[in-house]
Amino acid sequence: MSRETCLAAFRFMLLARVLDDKFAALYRAGKIHGGVFLGRGQEALSAAVGVSLKKSDVFAPLIRDAAGRLAFGEPVIDAVRTYMGSALGPMRGRDGNVHRGRPQEGYLPMVSHLGAMISVVNGVLFARKLKKITETVGATCIGDGATSTGAFHEALNQAAVEKLPLVLVVANNQYAYSTPTSFQFACRDLADKAVGYGVEPLSVDGTDLVACLKTVGSAVARAREDGGPQLVVATLLRLCGHGEHDDSGYIDPKLKTSPIGRDCMKVAEDSLLRQEWIDASQLTALRNDLVHEVEEAVAQVQREPTPDPFAQEWRAIASKHLSETHQDNED
Amino acid sequence: MSVTYLEAIREAQARALRDDPRVFIYGQDVGAFGGAFKATKNLAKEFPGRVLDSPISEDAMIGLAVGAAIEGMRPIIEMQFADFSTVGFNQIVNQAATLFWRTNVPCPITVRLPFGGTSGSGPFHSQCIEAIYAHYPGLVVLTPATVEDAYSMLLEAVALDDPVIFCEHKFLYYHLKAEKLPDEALPIGKARIAREGRDLTIVTYSAMVHEALEAAAELVPEGWEIEVVDLRSVKPLDTDTVMASVARTGRLLCVGEAWPWGGVTAEIIARVTSEGYGLLDVPPQRLNAKDTPVPYHPNLWTAHRPTARSIAAAARGLLRQ
Repeated sequence: MSRETCLAAFRFMLLARVLDDKFAALYRAGKIHGGVFLGRGQEALSAAVGVSLKKSDVFAPLIRDAAGRLAFGEPVIDAVRTYMGSALGPMRGRDGNVHRGRPQEGYLPMVSHLGAMISVVNGVLFARKLKKITETVGATCIGDGATSTGAFHEALNQAAVEKLPLVLVVANNQYAYSTPTSFQFACRDLADKAVGYGVEPLSVDGTDLVACLKTVGSAVARAREDGGPQLVVATLLRLCGHGEHDDSGYIDPKLKTSPIGRDCMKVAEDSLLRQEWIDASQLTALRNDLVHEVEEAVAQVQREPTPDPFAQEWRAIASKHLSETHQDNED
Repeated sequence: MSVTYLEAIREAQARALRDDPRVFIYGQDVGAFGGAFKATKNLAKEFPGRVLDSPISEDAMIGLAVGAAIEGMRPIIEMQFADFSTVGFNQIVNQAATLFWRTNVPCPITVRLPFGGTSGSGPFHSQCIEAIYAHYPGLVVLTPATVEDAYSMLLEAVALDDPVIFCEHKFLYYHLKAEKLPDEALPIGKARIAREGRDLTIVTYSAMVHEALEAAAELVPEGWEIEVVDLRSVKPLDTDTVMASVARTGRLLCVGEAWPWGGVTAEIIARVTSEGYGLLDVPPQRLNAKDTPVPYHPNLWTAHRPTARSIAAAARGLLRQ
């Protein structure tokens, strides 16, 4: 793995961590409506997905993918505007926090229903296949909990039947909200699930940036070379609550001190310093730059207009002529 | 030379495939086999690579359609039976129906639901679930009652920039015939006066239009002239046409093959009574299927759903007041 790739991915990891920390601070200060969901402990895996994709690919991230979103090209301001509900953001205050994207740029906004984005990525890839567009890839991220859904099963099977270039990345972070994996699945390893679909699984230590870059990178390359769908299972630990409202007191302390409980950020930093790809002062300078970038974005968004219910077009369909004119209690 | 309701649906799909390279059909058994009802007969051969079999995965079928729509395609999804669309319900109401509102990116997908009761079909192949879809913002819900509408409304559905739930009634598939396919049509969103009358308005849609027309004919010798309004689309609902008809007759009976709790008939009564209370000479009534699953045996099925006979009886009750 080259120095440039590692440093680029590390930069997105750090930016995501800084951004997440800022959202957590804003949440505690009561400046954010609704929940805040962090990717703490999953930045290495998520960044690896983002940097492995091309801008022309498709990406449907999940709640802990700030790093992957940034690496795929999401501007910091889009994230801040969505969390703060700015009328100028991609979701215009109509949806918030992690529910953001720009579908026409191949960046799909998640719904809350787990596993539901996988078949949507399949659909983009299916359409590209019909249009004879080749060498394209679609990636999407889920957690261990989503592997229990029917949507996961249907979509992975569908991708396998249609031989779609799907890269399905599972972050096995040991808990789905508060539910441990022992209540989630009974197979030895989530990677075993791939076999049932005729898909070749890949496993990776999710705390190790270099390993994530290699494994996710090879899955993306295989998919791009017409190798069909890929299932990547990363083992790691969620180093935060489900959301910032959750103190995560249920997390087994033994997991926190085990190898999977390592902070991928620390692991990556140590590795970069050890290889002398970055030194301590450069690291401090980088962190300061990223903090500045995030602070600037937040300051800008705080001055922006919030959505105006009176100027809102309350219409859920594109065909204006078919909108229901009948509204009770409205004259 | 005549064309059935089912053939009209096949012809509309053939034309959509011919006219628009963005259209493809995806569903269970729709390919070489031509579909469980043969609504896609020979289309896979005529349009190679564009009429494709799916696994039995209703959730993933709709999800795929949404993704393809984002990528600029116009998918038609055939649910083998409307009843099975509940398995894909999440993707329809949470993914497809919300996409435009959330992102300003339209979601032009057409989901064909072969729906409604036929003799011997039982609880899981007979359901009328249009009201559930109409309840969710972001969907257009169509219920054609005629061969002409089956053809023209399906073509219009595919051309729309929104997700359309196209409820095609299985009872009408083979029996309903027209001389030829239409050259022009009433647009989606407009109801049709299927029969003019002065004494009572029956508002209904889909297969019940024909039961209502039969009931109206039955009441002619008794001296009653019944007006029958065919809604054509249940969302949007053409309240103006309904209201104008009630203004003429002063009496309203709403008939639906769906279950009685809530739904299209309740919505019409709510609108007419809240906005047109003064137009009514007597309290409006509604007639729906019974509040049980749809039964299998013809004796039970005929008693479960409204029929020309029960509609005529309900109409007499209203007319006597």
